[in-house]
Amino acid sequence: MSAGDTHVNSPEIQRLARVIEPGHSYATVTDKIASIVLTRPTSLGWLAGFSIAFTLMMVLMGSIAWLVTKGVGIWGINIPIGWGFAIVNFVWWIGIGHAGTLISAILFLLNQKWRTSINRFAEAMTLFAVACAGIFPLIHTGRPWMAYYMFPYPSTMGIWPQFRSPLIWDVFAVSTYGTVSALFWFVGLIPDLATLRDRATNKAAQIIYGMLAMGWRGSARHWHRYQSAYLLLAGLATPLVLSVHSVISFDFSIAIVPGWHTTVFPPYFVAGAIYSGFAMVLTIAIPLRKAYDLEDFITMRHLENMAKVMLATGLIVAYGYFFEFFMSLYSGNKFDVFLVQQRLHGPYSSYYYALILCNILTPQVLWFQKMRTNVAVLFVMSLVINVGMWLERFVIVVISLTRDFMPSAWGRYQPTFWDWSTFIGTLGLFVSLLFLFVRALPAISIAEMRELVHTSEDHE
Amino acid sequence: METPPQRNANMAQIFHRSTNFISRFSLFAGIFLAGLALTGVLGLARSPYFTRQNVTRSQPVQFSHKHHVGDDGIDCRYCHTSVETSATAGIPQTKTCMSCHSVLFNNVGYLEPIRESYRTDASIEWVKVHRLADYVYFNHSIHVSKGVGCSTCHGRVDQMPLMFQANTLLMQWCLDCHRNTEMALRPLDKVYDMAWRPAANQAEIGRQYKAERNIRNTSELSSCSTCHR
Repeated sequence: MSAGDTHVNSPEIQRLARVIEPGHSYATVTDKIASIVLTRPTSLGWLAGFSIAFTLMMVLMGSIAWLVTKGVGIWGINIPIGWGFAIVNFVWWIGIGHAGTLISAILFLLNQKWRTSINRFAEAMTLFAVACAGIFPLIHTGRPWMAYYMFPYPSTMGIWPQFRSPLIWDVFAVSTYGTVSALFWFVGLIPDLATLRDRATNKAAQIIYGMLAMGWRGSARHWHRYQSAYLLLAGLATPLVLSVHSVISFDFSIAIVPGWHTTVFPPYFVAGAIYSGFAMVLTIAIPLRKAYDLEDFITMRHLENMAKVMLATGLIVAYGYFFEFFMSLYSGNKFDVFLVQQRLHGPYSSYYYALILCNILTPQVLWFQKMRTNVAVLFVMSLVINVGMWLERFVIVVISLTRDFMPSAWGRYQPTFWDWSTFIGTLGLFVSLLFLFVRALPAISIAEMRELVHTSEDHE
Repeated sequence: METPPQRNANMAQIFHRSTNFISRFSLFAGIFLAGLALTGVLGLARSPYFTRQNVTRSQPVQFSHKHHVGDDGIDCRYCHTSVETSATAGIPQTKTCMSCHSVLFNNVGYLEPIRESYRTDASIEWVKVHRLADYVYFNHSIHVSKGVGCSTCHGRVDQMPLMFQANTLLMQWCLDCHRNTEMALRPLDKVYDMAWRPAANQAEIGRQYKAERNIRNTSELSSCSTCHR
């Protein structure tokens, strides 16, 4: 790319800078997005995709039923590896959710217009990821029906939960996150639900969307209150982007286990969460814009910006890995040094190298704009990063637990069929919910897109 | 911001006017019902339905503590012989009953199960009234020897024609005492006194007993492994 002033106005630059393709009016935006829900027939592709996802979700149900019948012994966990897949998957899922909140809250407060077309389904992704995440600690307790013990309610035992335990902090962090995300998502949906109510031709849809729209008429007073509420919720959700995964990282860093007891965990967990979250948003956005012809709304600018965020957060994560490594060696603590050796040469070293490959080396291609604007490359990159972030949690959980202080306490971890079926089952649950969401609710915010059309016209 | 174009040809209202009221009302009703349900569940967990507090049980022989303790003045330890030395207070053998009933009321019909047990050597199957969960380690002897009286937990047994739990036996109830030991400590010669009541300055006396008898502090007495070993 040779430098030159003319390039600023070149059609190529303009194409990459657009958050909405030209030629759209309020009506076309509304038509296009609402039609996905209201008028488009259910496509064969949707049915096929949903069937596969639903089948996998049934695998999850079956796995949980078998788990409840037999107990957590069906998994590969055993002392010293008490955590295993359940915690790996929990951290992975909850991390994925973070991009949704970042896009919808932080980018909203920063007035980033490019969030507009991706925030709705990113928030939905957050909710569904939190739902998948929540399953794991619950079933990992072994007796999920006793999980209410973790809430501070006036029990007949005369005791409170152990507030000094990070696992209790988890309960609060995740339930707050779930609640605020759901509220934020729903409040954002209200004007669109009203649009769907007004456009729906069948009575049942009118009533359902009507009830959900809660009497929205689009009056100035409604908009005024709506915008205050939305801003307040964005303010509430913003600290959660940082706090939730920090709390999750405390599960590890509060413990004294080598490889966990480090202060770099909270920031690098948060960066990792956003990293994997943006990867998942891309994994969803690329097929979505293709399947429903939404390239006008989810433009190359969106994809490229997300790639940039991935590159930035990926570098923070790389920094985290490096300093984890460096501090272990620099500390001279023999257990920490030994853990580094185990990561590089131990029985799970292949996972560690795969992690470095997926999370640090491969994403460096995103430095090149050609790559950032190549949809196929981005899609592959998003999958690679998702795998990489999963491997990161596997490395953290398994290597540290199998190699702590005394050789007598060492062990091996081998995930079983049921570990895999539960994990793959949650992927099924996640994708099923996404399929239902795309079909039942506007995947892109109609109201905000109309606003975008309005402001874009002002500028032109 | 403009309202979206109305494409719907049939512009009749979907909802009746009353929906406004119903939707607002249902918000409050929902909160109210959730509160009610929660209160109900929490209340039920403490109710005699679950704790069996104040519920008498049917026994093979309708034994009256009121008669034996209250009227006759028999000491607790005459029957519950192991209370000072072991975890359980002990259910008396049939021969303990027969030590009196071989001569007293030795031909009344309702004592026939006692005589039959004595003849056949088969135990009487008394129904346990104070049943703690299996995962609770409870020891009578330590409580008795540190000066916790029978009536503190079992109530006025001397006034019970039929035995019942005077207390809930909930963990909360155990901890109430383990966190305030001084309120339950008596002079050691009053442990079997059914009529003992805390003095006005019980907290002060209790603290003195606590020191004299080397009773552990609250954090040790309320730690998990004190009772769940």
